[in-house]
Amino acid sequence: MADGELLTAELIIEYPFSRTTGPVIGAFFTALREGFIVGIKGADGRVLVPPFEYDPVTSEALTEMVEVGDAGEVVSWAWVKDPLDGHPLDRPFAFALIKLDGADTPMLHAVDTGGDESAVSTGMRVAAQWRDEREGHINDIECFVAEGASA
Amino acid sequence: MSEITLPSRLDDVELVKSIRTPASLSYEYMPGYEPSRFLQGVAQKKLIGLRCPVCTKVYVPARGCCPTDGVAISDPVELSDNGTVTSFCVVNVAFYGQGMEIPYTAGLILLDGADLPMMCLLQEVDVKDVRIGMRLEAVWVDDADLAPNLESIKYFRPLDEPDVEVVQPGAGVTW
Repeated sequence: MADGELLTAELIIEYPFSRTTGPVIGAFFTALREGFIVGIKGADGRVLVPPFEYDPVTSEALTEMVEVGDAGEVVSWAWVKDPLDGHPLDRPFAFALIKLDGADTPMLHAVDTGGDESAVSTGMRVAAQWRDEREGHINDIECFVAEGASA
Repeated sequence: MSEITLPSRLDDVELVKSIRTPASLSYEYMPGYEPSRFLQGVAQKKLIGLRCPVCTKVYVPARGCCPTDGVAISDPVELSDNGTVTSFCVVNVAFYGQGMEIPYTAGLILLDGADLPMMCLLQEVDVKDVRIGMRLEAVWVDDADLAPNLESIKYFRPLDEPDVEVVQPGAGVTW
């Protein structure tokens, strides 16, 4: 049989998962829907963002959720040159660990500099860019952008 | 569970209890040379099997090799679109993506001229009346809708012929 007669077809396998959040992560997503960010106080008083249900050192249940800022500092980052389907942006961007104002641990999110890798640096200040329509999901923050800029 | 204290801004809003986390895997599927030939036959309302040169068994849909003799097979045999039920299963359980009203019958049909049965959907028959040995015929989509995939066969339905005796696959096999 000739090569030209070989068939191909697109095949997409989808799983419509949903998962329950529990009270702590649920509060984190609820706050995102309302347009702000919450963390939780650890046993040593540090503010953990995103929040944990249990202290990462002592394992005790944590209960005191607190609001933190929606801007902060890039503490580490990796440049994504060729975004894939499912990535938060369809142009080159940075995945960054961002320590929000009032938080003691960094949170992973995307930083958009309009595709310019040289505009990203450790220590840069970034601010959340919120979506207008939010549903209680990490993607309610579209991305972070340089503080003072709006993409 | 310990009582969780929330910032006051969350006092009067409904709390999120679950999130959607769909997964999607995207493939380019290539069935291979011989299955491609089978599917191109289907687009012309033909069911083409392959005969093994060693054991002479006819496989449909064929993968291009004989699982018993381990040899490549490419000798095409055009088969009838009539056949016989060799096994069946009445589906009474609904599941995501099913697209069928339950109950319905999934069957194995041994096409006339073939030596191995293939999966099929049975319609135009009450699930209580399906039996091994029942004769079936293919119901194809309209000619304009024929395509190189198995959706070109809408389903199989009973043929007005007496039942035949079914020799179960594997009977008489010596290793």
